[in-house]
Amino acid sequence: MALTATDAAGQGAAPPSAPKRRGGAGRRRARGIAGTLLSLVLTMLGLLLITFIIGRVMPIDPVLKVVGDRATQAQYDAAYVAMGLDRPLHVQFLRYIGDVLTGDFGRSISTGQLVTDDIRRVFPATVELATLGTLIGVFVGVPLGVIAAARRGGIVDQIARVVALVGYSMPIFWLGLMGLLVFYGILGWVGGPGRQGILYDGMVPTITGLLLVDSLIEGDWGAFRDAFSHIILPASLLGYFSLAYISRMTRSFMLEQLSSEYITTARVKGLSERAVIWRHAFRNIRVPLITVIALSFGSLLEGSVLTEIIFSWPGLGQYITKALLSGDMNAVLGGTVVVGTCFVVLNLLSDILYRVLDPRSK
Amino acid sequence: MKHLLTPRAILLASALAIAPAAWAETPADTLVVAHTIDDIISLDPAQNFEFSGQDVGQNIYDRLVDFDPMDMDAGFKPSLAESWQMSDDGMSLTLKMREGVTFHSGNPVRAEDAAWSLQRAVKLNLTPAFILTQFGFTPENVEEKITFDDTSLTLHLDKPYAQSFVLNGLTAIVASVVDKETVLQHVEGDDYGNKWLSANDAGSGAFTLAAWRPNEAVQLAAYQDYFQGAPAMKRVIVRNVAESSAQRLLLEQGDIDVARNLSVTDVASIASVEGVRIQDEPRGRILYMGLNQKDEVLSNPAVIEAMKHLVDYDGIADSFLKGMFAPHQTFLPKGYLGVLEDRPWTLDVEKAKKLIEDADMSGRTITTKVRDLREYVDVAQALQASMAEAGLTLNIEQMTGAQVLDAYRAREVPIFIGEWGPDYSDPNTNAATFAFNPDNSDEAQATGLLAWRNAYAVPQDMNEATVAATLEQDTDKRAQMYIDIQKQYQAEAPIVPLFQRIENTGLRDNVQNWVSGGALTSVMYRQVTKGE
Repeated sequence: MALTATDAAGQGAAPPSAPKRRGGAGRRRARGIAGTLLSLVLTMLGLLLITFIIGRVMPIDPVLKVVGDRATQAQYDAAYVAMGLDRPLHVQFLRYIGDVLTGDFGRSISTGQLVTDDIRRVFPATVELATLGTLIGVFVGVPLGVIAAARRGGIVDQIARVVALVGYSMPIFWLGLMGLLVFYGILGWVGGPGRQGILYDGMVPTITGLLLVDSLIEGDWGAFRDAFSHIILPASLLGYFSLAYISRMTRSFMLEQLSSEYITTARVKGLSERAVIWRHAFRNIRVPLITVIALSFGSLLEGSVLTEIIFSWPGLGQYITKALLSGDMNAVLGGTVVVGTCFVVLNLLSDILYRVLDPRSK
Repeated sequence: MKHLLTPRAILLASALAIAPAAWAETPADTLVVAHTIDDIISLDPAQNFEFSGQDVGQNIYDRLVDFDPMDMDAGFKPSLAESWQMSDDGMSLTLKMREGVTFHSGNPVRAEDAAWSLQRAVKLNLTPAFILTQFGFTPENVEEKITFDDTSLTLHLDKPYAQSFVLNGLTAIVASVVDKETVLQHVEGDDYGNKWLSANDAGSGAFTLAAWRPNEAVQLAAYQDYFQGAPAMKRVIVRNVAESSAQRLLLEQGDIDVARNLSVTDVASIASVEGVRIQDEPRGRILYMGLNQKDEVLSNPAVIEAMKHLVDYDGIADSFLKGMFAPHQTFLPKGYLGVLEDRPWTLDVEKAKKLIEDADMSGRTITTKVRDLREYVDVAQALQASMAEAGLTLNIEQMTGAQVLDAYRAREVPIFIGEWGPDYSDPNTNAATFAFNPDNSDEAQATGLLAWRNAYAVPQDMNEATVAATLEQDTDKRAQMYIDIQKQYQAEAPIVPLFQRIENTGLRDNVQNWVSGGALTSVMYRQVTKGE
């Protein structure tokens, strides 16, 4: 894992280390952007092609999902043709790409709705959960990792290790159910499965689709509290898993830095340990750390299917999984485009942050 | 940013979250139901054919005839049609419309709407259309065959069908009456408003559709001007909760009033919880075992007979299917006209073993595909064990539902274990698929018929009896005809009905008059009340 993370950071490092020449900077930047765009388009095309092929070779009959078990052969055939499945594969694919370019992702056969509408509905639920989860992971995981590295072998280090190990090895299904049982069932501290309580269901107008944000915009504190009480448990759960990963990565990055010569120099200069750790060592791990966080955020955005199922969270993960199981390729492809775009955008963002944070790139 | 993370701020934030700890009850005029509703594809009555979609259609639309939720055994009764009259030759049924009923839009419910709704379903010819087209309607002739005047509509049939057969067909969701004027405003091309109706409501039922968020929730609001009186519940919210344990927690906490997908274990453990009760209700689904007649071993009459004695009916119903299924050995579910009460088979391994040995089939191996649903796999494994004792080896391949269905429709499942749910409230719905298969050849592609899927060449006299039963006007005689068919079926058919589904609904104690729909239909909310 560590290798991939630093590798990814390494890609970001390529442009600044290119030889600098006056005047060519603008052109180079333009070429850089064009290159990025081109690679983005190629990535998405490849992604779509692979998903498309997998979808078509899967032993699931999407027509049956549409017409149902009772359909006569004539009804079946009519639907088969209406869905365009009688055309050769490459024609189907090209037609699909053509539609996508005009913003038409087609209709999902498992919900009967336009895929764009479906995604507009389910994606914010996932974004909200993943963001809160990642925030928890970062604000707990990073300090934990830094302290664990600074006091290597100390009590915090031991605790961090156990926390991370449990995080890696515990099945999320079990933890989620236990969490619900304890914090909802017994203690009654948090809301139950679902995004909001019955009283507030459908009461907050959809603006961003993020319930926490929408209720704040509306100034509806009751709805905000309700949404918060429902999201906090699944978000903590996701946060816990991401903090397990983030704290381990932070620790290993820090250990690498702390054994460097410049740290020894700083210590010899008589700087306080706090300054050595936070001002010198930590500053240098920010760049790889951002990549780690971005990757972890990205994987949460794909949707954490099990968490979504346990908490009846109507998010992207459940949507794609269900679509896949019913051979609903429009929905799967639409979801794939969203997830793919997220990863590309996150990569771009971490590249940009990298340039801002790395003094060498200035 | 820093001050946001002080311990005090964190404490404050958690206090905020903990504060609304009083989730106790749902509002008195709101019914909250947890159910898996991720199967809904369309709410258009002409297309709606999924379990939870029908639950919605049942409540937002009315039909010409329907059921009394408080007396389901009475069968169909007048609804939008006030009365009906079969012509002397039995070829046309005239239904007189009730006056003064309005759609949710405020438009009056007319005979014209009823006729147009049926014509529309036939012309769209989507999956559930067969329930109407079996009376001889086709997209081409339906405008002449279904006619109306100011007060009544008339169905011109192609054969003198039993009145009960036609009227039972009209209780199906596909026969719902839609608001013609409203739907006509939303027609796209030649879709008869199908796209719009898929997610919108143009009915006259006890509830209006307030919202449908696929895979998430359905919200219904009481229709105050409902012709049978406004329902007690002002709102019904059905939430998609996939996990049985989550449904159970929600019910115990009082965040929901009804939990509809509790597992056997959750039902058992909820029984002792205060404030909650379990209601059992036999449903129409039949769990059966289909023995494919293309298989050399399974087509042997002795093996067919032996297989019927290799299922531990009572043992299974008392252990892993406890409370979910009751032993039931005929293809008509309890609650249907003409159901046979006989239970001829019990587990008898010795007898089965002898039959198999005499037929020289000992030591043979069968490999079958079973859907990866716990109930089915458990039944298959129990069968595997008793078959082993009787000298046959059963290999089980677990697959997804879609995969098994594909293979089944291609006649490639040697021993099918799964359920069949009736499509409408007439015995013909099951007779016409279990006991009717006029052409057993591969080319016939009668993929909708269970008999064809199992390559069961239904004997000619049984095919004829099944058709004849739809034409018998005397209801008592008709019931007897079905009993005779079932007796013959039990004696020789290679499709073996095993159990009938029982729905265990978890209810808060204050919920009264809950009806899941019984064997005949789907859930009804209009009679539900919430007391103290």
